[in-house]
Amino acid sequence: MSISVSNISKSYKNVTALQDISFNVKAGELFGLIGPDGAGKTTLFRILTTLLIANKGIATVAGFDVVSEYKKIRNNVGYMPGKFSLYQDLTVEENLEFFATIFGTTIEENYDLIRDIYVQIEPFKDRRAGKLSGGMKQKLALCCALIHKPKVLFLDEPTTGVDPVSRKEFWEMLKRLQQKDITILVSTPYMDEAALCDRIALIQDGKILQIDTPQAIVKHYPKQIYNVSANDTYQLLKSLNAYSYNHSVYPFGEFVHYTDSRANFNPKDLIAYLESKKLSNIEIYKTEPTIEDTFMELAK
Amino acid sequence: MKRFIGFIKKEFYHIFRDRRSLFILFGMPIAQIMLFGFAITNEINNVDIAVLDHSKDAITEEIINKISASKYFSIHQFIEKERAIEAVFKKGKIKAVLNFEKEFSKNLVKEHKATIQIITDATDPNTANTISNYVNAILIQYQQELNKDITIEYQIVPQTRMVYNPELKSVYMFVPGVMTIILMLVSAMMTSISITREKELGTMEILLVSPLKPIQVIVGKVFPYIFLSVINAIVIVLLSIFIFKMPVQGSLFLLAIESVLFIISALALGILISTISTTQQTAMMISLMGLMLPVILLSGFIFPISSMPLPLQIISNIIPAKWFIIIIKGIMLKGVGLQFIWKETLILLAMTVFFIVLSVKKYKIRLE
Repeated sequence: MSISVSNISKSYKNVTALQDISFNVKAGELFGLIGPDGAGKTTLFRILTTLLIANKGIATVAGFDVVSEYKKIRNNVGYMPGKFSLYQDLTVEENLEFFATIFGTTIEENYDLIRDIYVQIEPFKDRRAGKLSGGMKQKLALCCALIHKPKVLFLDEPTTGVDPVSRKEFWEMLKRLQQKDITILVSTPYMDEAALCDRIALIQDGKILQIDTPQAIVKHYPKQIYNVSANDTYQLLKSLNAYSYNHSVYPFGEFVHYTDSRANFNPKDLIAYLESKKLSNIEIYKTEPTIEDTFMELAK
Repeated sequence: MKRFIGFIKKEFYHIFRDRRSLFILFGMPIAQIMLFGFAITNEINNVDIAVLDHSKDAITEEIINKISASKYFSIHQFIEKERAIEAVFKKGKIKAVLNFEKEFSKNLVKEHKATIQIITDATDPNTANTISNYVNAILIQYQQELNKDITIEYQIVPQTRMVYNPELKSVYMFVPGVMTIILMLVSAMMTSISITREKELGTMEILLVSPLKPIQVIVGKVFPYIFLSVINAIVIVLLSIFIFKMPVQGSLFLLAIESVLFIISALALGILISTISTTQQTAMMISLMGLMLPVILLSGFIFPISSMPLPLQIISNIIPAKWFIIIIKGIMLKGVGLQFIWKETLILLAMTVFFIVLSVKKYKIRLE
């Protein structure tokens, strides 16, 4: 086990951040923590990176206890906090060099590990880190977290505030890092990124809702989901919410995801109802559930 | 060791890339020493004085002429009675009164000794001191002229009296004081700000999750400032020697050692401040209010400790700056060696060790 968390609870003055959390991450796994802001993801990261002490429960990282063997963990993990935390007044190269030195290594020694990422920011190596774009900053931060070849990599919302193209690239990099035997624990509020993980834990209000592979989580969705669209999406949402047989109604891109509470649901009934609400161009068809649907269902 | 050097390199990047702190570091000492130096200048010109001449004879007239002929003094008025002296001072224009005793010439010829009283307004102690020195110089010169071809010497005895501020401070007092303030400011404030900046920007989080030991982070943070503070101390001493002609009586080596000791104690205070503050602003406020004010007010730099109320006198003992000022005053002005200031040095050393131990203990290895 690369990361093992059992019955971890943590509360601040009057807020409970984590409640009885348990999960395991296998060596070489890309494990995702999926949940909205304030779910407790950052607190969990800080406990695992030895920055905070849990009120209850035990956790180990790379086989070391997070409290008693914190020094060993600090030698073996890479951590990228949610907030950009590099030296803004140092250049790209100076930042990388600094982190290499404090971990007792050099850029050359582990260059192959960061090469794919570093070549993208290398043209800007003399630029101050504070003057980089959001995506560049994250790539640099990832380089700095990787430069000492950590066994376990902690990435707290690495793609928040990053454009879609850079996000995609970033995840491709994580996939490649995984091939190099690095265990990765990553958190994200984006449900679409969840599908790229080996396993995910859905987390909300300090509790884990479900842990499984993204495929299995989707498969266990209990209902049939319908994509519904009409000429007026706002009116459509309002009408669907007012419909007495609805089970769930969520806007999803250009559609509304709808599930019905009846076992023998006939879409024609719904069309008739919506037409009575003066909606036109109504389309209803079956669709596969996504992780977001599952999350909404579990979080209900 | 490599880690440590890497850390220090990074600190120097921070310092040299932040123009504002660089300005505070090097602009401040020069500006301060110049301000203090020229504000408390020992040059006087055309100071208005009054004369109370009880004897009105040839010699007193000659002395008066000598004094009014110098560019330093102009005789503003003659007064007739002792009672008028007080009134003259109260108007504020007259800075000194020369009071010749009765039968000045007769005493000088008969007893070879006559007395002149120099009364100065010591509300501005430095001017007062300078005035009396200048008058003395003129009198001594005149006395030499008189004595040129006489076997038994005539003696004019000046009696100096300061009114309004009998406890006169030295003209050179400001250099030790300014040096103390600047070293305190640079060392304590700059380190506390630079450590809290890491907290504020979130980089402390990464430093904590790294193999760096607390002592490495602290020493790494502090080391560049020791270096810069020493440069500052040297600049101050050089400025005071070459621009203000201040003599440094004692050993420069001892002065350097004591200064480093004080710098380290100030740095330790800075670290201590950074452990209790989370933002750069709080760190700055605590440094200014908690360190600067006591240093200025209670260290004996401006207000003599002996004339403070007892509770403040007791409090002043816990201020490292007080001991440092005693030490450097001793070295710079009196030229004393370690045998006279070992007690103060020991106190300062004990304080320094205490602050270092406390700040290493208080340094958090986690976020809470």
